[in-house]
Amino acid sequence: MSKYIPIIGLEVHVELKTKSKMFCGCSADYFGKEPNTHTCPVCLGLPGALPIPNKQAIEWCIKIALALGCEINLFSKFDRKNYFYHDLPKGYQISQYDLPFGTKGSIVLSNGKTIGITRVHMEEDTGKLSHHETNGVKTSLVDFNRSGVPLVEIVTEPDFHDAKDVVEYLQMLRSIVRYLDVSNADMEKGDMRLEPNISLSTDPTKLPNYKVEVKNINSFRFVDKAIAYEIKRHEEILERGETPIQETRGWNENKNATFSQRVKEEANDYRYFPEPDIPPIRHTQEAIDELKKTLPELQTEKIARFTKEYSLPAIKAEILTREKSRADEFENAVKLGQEKGISPEQIANMIINRPDDLEIHVNNTIHVEALLQRVELENKREEISEEELKLVIQKVIADNPKAVEDYKSGKESVIMFLVGQCMRAIGRKVDANIVKQSLIKALT
Amino acid sequence: MNNFTNLTIKTAREKLDKKEFSSVELTKYYLEQIKKHNDRLNAFITITEHEALTMAEKADEKIHNGESTPLLGIPLALKDIYVTKGIKTTAASKVLENYVGHYDGTVVKKLKDAGVVILGKTNLDAWAHGSSGENSDFGPTKNPYNTDYVPGGSSSGSPTAVAADMALAASGTDTGGSIRLPASFCNVVGLKPTYGRVSRYGVIAMASSLDSIGHFTKTVEDNALYLQASAGGDPMDATTPPVAVPDYSEKLDHGVKGLKIGVPKEYFIEGLDPKVRELTEKALSWYQSQGAKLVEVSLPHTKYAIEVYYIIQTAEVSSNLARYTGVRYGDERSVFGDEAKRRIMLGTYVLSAGYYDAFYKKAMQVRTLLIKDVKDAFEKVDVMITPASPTLPWKLGEKTTDPLSMYLSDIFTVHANLVGIPGLSVPIGFVDGLPVGMQILGPHFKEDLLYQVGNAFEKEHPFWMERPVL
Repeated sequence: MSKYIPIIGLEVHVELKTKSKMFCGCSADYFGKEPNTHTCPVCLGLPGALPIPNKQAIEWCIKIALALGCEINLFSKFDRKNYFYHDLPKGYQISQYDLPFGTKGSIVLSNGKTIGITRVHMEEDTGKLSHHETNGVKTSLVDFNRSGVPLVEIVTEPDFHDAKDVVEYLQMLRSIVRYLDVSNADMEKGDMRLEPNISLSTDPTKLPNYKVEVKNINSFRFVDKAIAYEIKRHEEILERGETPIQETRGWNENKNATFSQRVKEEANDYRYFPEPDIPPIRHTQEAIDELKKTLPELQTEKIARFTKEYSLPAIKAEILTREKSRADEFENAVKLGQEKGISPEQIANMIINRPDDLEIHVNNTIHVEALLQRVELENKREEISEEELKLVIQKVIADNPKAVEDYKSGKESVIMFLVGQCMRAIGRKVDANIVKQSLIKALT
Repeated sequence: MNNFTNLTIKTAREKLDKKEFSSVELTKYYLEQIKKHNDRLNAFITITEHEALTMAEKADEKIHNGESTPLLGIPLALKDIYVTKGIKTTAASKVLENYVGHYDGTVVKKLKDAGVVILGKTNLDAWAHGSSGENSDFGPTKNPYNTDYVPGGSSSGSPTAVAADMALAASGTDTGGSIRLPASFCNVVGLKPTYGRVSRYGVIAMASSLDSIGHFTKTVEDNALYLQASAGGDPMDATTPPVAVPDYSEKLDHGVKGLKIGVPKEYFIEGLDPKVRELTEKALSWYQSQGAKLVEVSLPHTKYAIEVYYIIQTAEVSSNLARYTGVRYGDERSVFGDEAKRRIMLGTYVLSAGYYDAFYKKAMQVRTLLIKDVKDAFEKVDVMITPASPTLPWKLGEKTTDPLSMYLSDIFTVHANLVGIPGLSVPIGFVDGLPVGMQILGPHFKEDLLYQVGNAFEKEHPFWMERPVL
């Protein structure tokens, strides 16, 4: 075992799925849209334009903070983060500095480890640069459709020591924002952007004197790989008796490696100051309490309840609760199935084990009635001995020479006719599948 | 041709309704005046002759159809910091020399809806940085009462246009005195409304927590009409609270009997020009003779106001000007004038890590004390009256090499911006042919009270009728 202990913290940006942007009325649904069609004076940062905060986005940010067990600042405000970049039309990003909506939360992983949540704050997304070469001329273009889309930033304490825990945390976080129905958390579309910061220490009680941030990773798998890559890289440097440089790195998915982007001599000076265009935001404790009451049961709570209430193994409860809608369908089926004497586990099995059954899985939703019928049918099946089945099959083959001939000459659909003849001859509800398999065997 | 020299919005409206003249005739008169005097006074950066005549024709049509709203057909000018759709909006800076606005801001929209005629865009200290008008990248504006003197700034072109009959009224902005000081230098009425009373949406920001959107008129009554058309909460500006808009003309003739007028002792100090002092005291005595009670009040933190102002204001300026990059606007940032550069550097410095607590944070704390000062004073009095400027208008070039003395000319006006209260500048006479104004300060959203106090004086002392000889 290595003498070094990884110290890892995470910053995650989650894009909210509000109808409009954070500070203007433009549609926030920018993905795949014609560039610069979802813009207005506000999100283009034109002279004289002013921001109007999106109440829905603020409420959703607070919901995320509450779901992560945060304390909510009843007096909060927006701040300007001043820096220059071409995708930032105002020359500053409206963000939150010293009074974020949520602080001091935590999340407990399946292994019992607690991860501290430092803060949950609201900010706006930037535009998007793309670089092209046309006729040998290099050009950079800016698309401001994304400019001003609401972003929630969730920062953890450096409490992770293992990439696997990081991935589990990310899965939990994604599940939370989906359960809250505040973000699609679609990685492909950049709805979640992940930034682990990594360092190695020989003393778990002390933070190392350096930290490497890997920016803008868009998949859990890449986070896992980037952390592994960095741990190895730091180890090698430390083994040489040197200290890794404090810097920001990027992830190159083709090379499976991180690369240096910007060396931080010291912290960036963003010259934060209170955003004068937006008055401070005050909430009452009562309003926050009310909001808290609207939080749905989250996945971890559901897993606990499902294992207890429905005596399901944890793994099955986990699968059933990955999507809130699936969990709801399951519970609905359990309720309806109860009257028919169908057990929750039978329903769970039917959902989990038959993902390809198109009668049950219709357009990514569960057809509850079809599911229950299927279970009922299977419950009612009667046994048939091999001997009896063999006799029936022999008789049906003898009685239907034309059909048998057709089947043998390649007309496979005829088999179902023959199965039907067998079922009639048996006169009881037996498993048609078994009959079919035996028939095929007898015919070949 | 009619003699329009002593027209006010009020009288022009009556005559328009009576068809004594049309809005097109009135508009042509002002366009003529602009052509005649602008070379000398440099009040306008852009003259929108074509648009103005189209608007006037529309107004005449409405008047013909019996419409009679308070600003219908009235030719106005806008400080060239109001974004106007399809019309150049330069902020008097080379950086925006060829910038054409993409949209109309809230006030411009409201004015257009009210049926005004926009004559053009007036000169200013670039980005509204200055107290004399000399920081314009397109040359200084001259005081119409004596062209060797400054008209005051930063809204330099608007009061000049009103005084020189190049517009019947004009809009400005006031971040530290930029309406009240030039109003007093040009013998016109100028209101800095309560912060948030008039929407800032579509006005190029100087210092966002201080910027107030106000107007210049010949009379107090006109000013009330102008504010009426522009005031109110705006869903596009989060800093406009939903405070009801009163009828600003209602109390105009209520007089001042029984009113308590505060005289802040910190404003009558050494450095105040004795002649300005004399005229201000004369005005105060007149109020007393009308049954108002003069009460000495104290605003103990006044001496810190300028320092606080130059920290908060420059901090916000440095951030607000960050967007004007070469990529978006075509010029390198070196094209910014000296004053803008000075403020960007000061503001960047006071917000920097390690200095924030000593400067910006401290300034915000003192700002809280200044707010308390004013709150305490208004528990004792209804309004306060001070000189608008410590000095008379100065000669062009006199202070351009000494930014600090220029900054100090705002000493009586910045307080209201830091606190957010309204201030009205009203003419109180002349010294050596140069206009002098007083400043009436009132509690938040009490513009109607300021108009009441200002109108009482003006009715007895119609200095506005002393037109400049050009």
